[in-house]
Amino acid sequence: MGRKGRKFLLPLKKVFSFFILLLCCLPAAAYGLDVPRLQGYVNDYAGIISPSAKSKIEEELKAFEQSDSTQIVILTIASLGGENIEEFSIKAAEAWKIGHQGKDNGVLFIVSKQERKIRIEVGRGLEGNLTDLMAGRIIDQVIKPRFKQGDFDRGFIAGVSALIDGTRGEFKAEQRPVQRRQKGFPPFLTFLLFFGIFTLILGSLSRILGGIAGALGLPAIVYLGVLPLGLLAIILLALVGFGAGLFLPRLFSSGGSRTDGFFFGSGMGGHSIGGGGFDGGFSGGGGSFGGGGASGDW
Amino acid sequence: MRKGSLFIKFVLSAFILAALSGCGYNTMQKNEEAVKAARGDVEATYQRRNDLIPNLVQVVKAYAKHEKETLTAVTEARAKVGAMQVPKNIIDDPKAFSQFQEAQAGMSSALSRLMVVVERYPDLKANQNFQDLQHQLEGTENRINVARTRYNKAVEVFNTSIRVFPNNLTNNFLLHLSLKEPFKAEAGAEKAPQVKF
Repeated sequence: MGRKGRKFLLPLKKVFSFFILLLCCLPAAAYGLDVPRLQGYVNDYAGIISPSAKSKIEEELKAFEQSDSTQIVILTIASLGGENIEEFSIKAAEAWKIGHQGKDNGVLFIVSKQERKIRIEVGRGLEGNLTDLMAGRIIDQVIKPRFKQGDFDRGFIAGVSALIDGTRGEFKAEQRPVQRRQKGFPPFLTFLLFFGIFTLILGSLSRILGGIAGALGLPAIVYLGVLPLGLLAIILLALVGFGAGLFLPRLFSSGGSRTDGFFFGSGMGGHSIGGGGFDGGFSGGGGSFGGGGASGDW
Repeated sequence: MRKGSLFIKFVLSAFILAALSGCGYNTMQKNEEAVKAARGDVEATYQRRNDLIPNLVQVVKAYAKHEKETLTAVTEARAKVGAMQVPKNIIDDPKAFSQFQEAQAGMSSALSRLMVVVERYPDLKANQNFQDLQHQLEGTENRINVARTRYNKAVEVFNTSIRVFPNNLTNNFLLHLSLKEPFKAEAGAEKAPQVKF
């Protein structure tokens, strides 16, 4: 780079270290580490439901979601580990996002084996019919007596029926097939566009400037548009962005189809970071919860 | 060449400040709106609790006529909460905010005492109406907890966003938003009104 390059390097290093420091302060979200993975309608981590009952319940719940779009999910855990069932329940409901976005029609039926606790967490959209009172009655009159006799299968089957009856007809089926939630996709594209323009303008002034623009812009875009990042990811993206910033203007000036490919490449790459988190084909629809529902024990 | 490098540095710093404080401007406003929405939720859930009280008092009275003192305390606490004027800008007004907290804490403790008293009346505990009210009350208390937690989180995000550099510059010169108050834990809040049968 020669003498000119070295003159840039010192302020560049300072700038970089300042921003690395700033980025350290950005929080990376932590979603309830204790919450187990969402496998399907029935998540029997405590192992108290027999396989035949499990498949029967799953069929019923699948059909119900298809007809009503309301999602009812069961979670059993071996132990709460000292945590309050209400606290854990809302954590799980928020992490799994049961129910569909906008409708908030999700129900989480959660049982903790060791503490012998039951809770029905009701999504905001269902609170009108499945009131706290009703959820409480379902626990007291339908689930509790059967659990007390040691009959978990019947308790779950009857409980699920009661929950379905309590929420039937409140919502209509989704008009289009359930899609994976697309988090922040449109804003991401907008940011990417601005980033691209900035980089090109500054890159035409000086390659280093373009590199800095890329280094700052790319992590910021991904952070704002897709998901919170850990420090390492931010540094890596900064490096990628720096490289992109250095070379992008060059590509543009030499003209042609190669730049379009590069743009799309970075756009797609960014999207796949956000979309790769689901498997097994079952996921919550983005529903939200307000803390309504009822608890009990047996 | 010196002129050139100075120019470069100038452009660089201008770009950095513009990019970052630009983002800060929108973020801070977004965060403040989130705090307002969360506060609305908190108020709604407390109101819900207040609405349950008259029913509760009626049902308990039917079985526990002699517990006049406790019942009166509950009715009075409710009246105090109802009479409170909640100003629109309560999140910016620490004094009004702490008054609100105090009144609600008074309601919580009056309810706790009532629940302790209820333990002595098995007929009351077996009454279906009472059990229903219990579920409703517990549901409301849970909603209050969830709303408060979310509010506090929103306040944390907001307060942080107006204090970090360079957002604090944008705030000082352009927006003039103030720090918000979080909810502090009520004394003895771990003992929310609960009934064990």
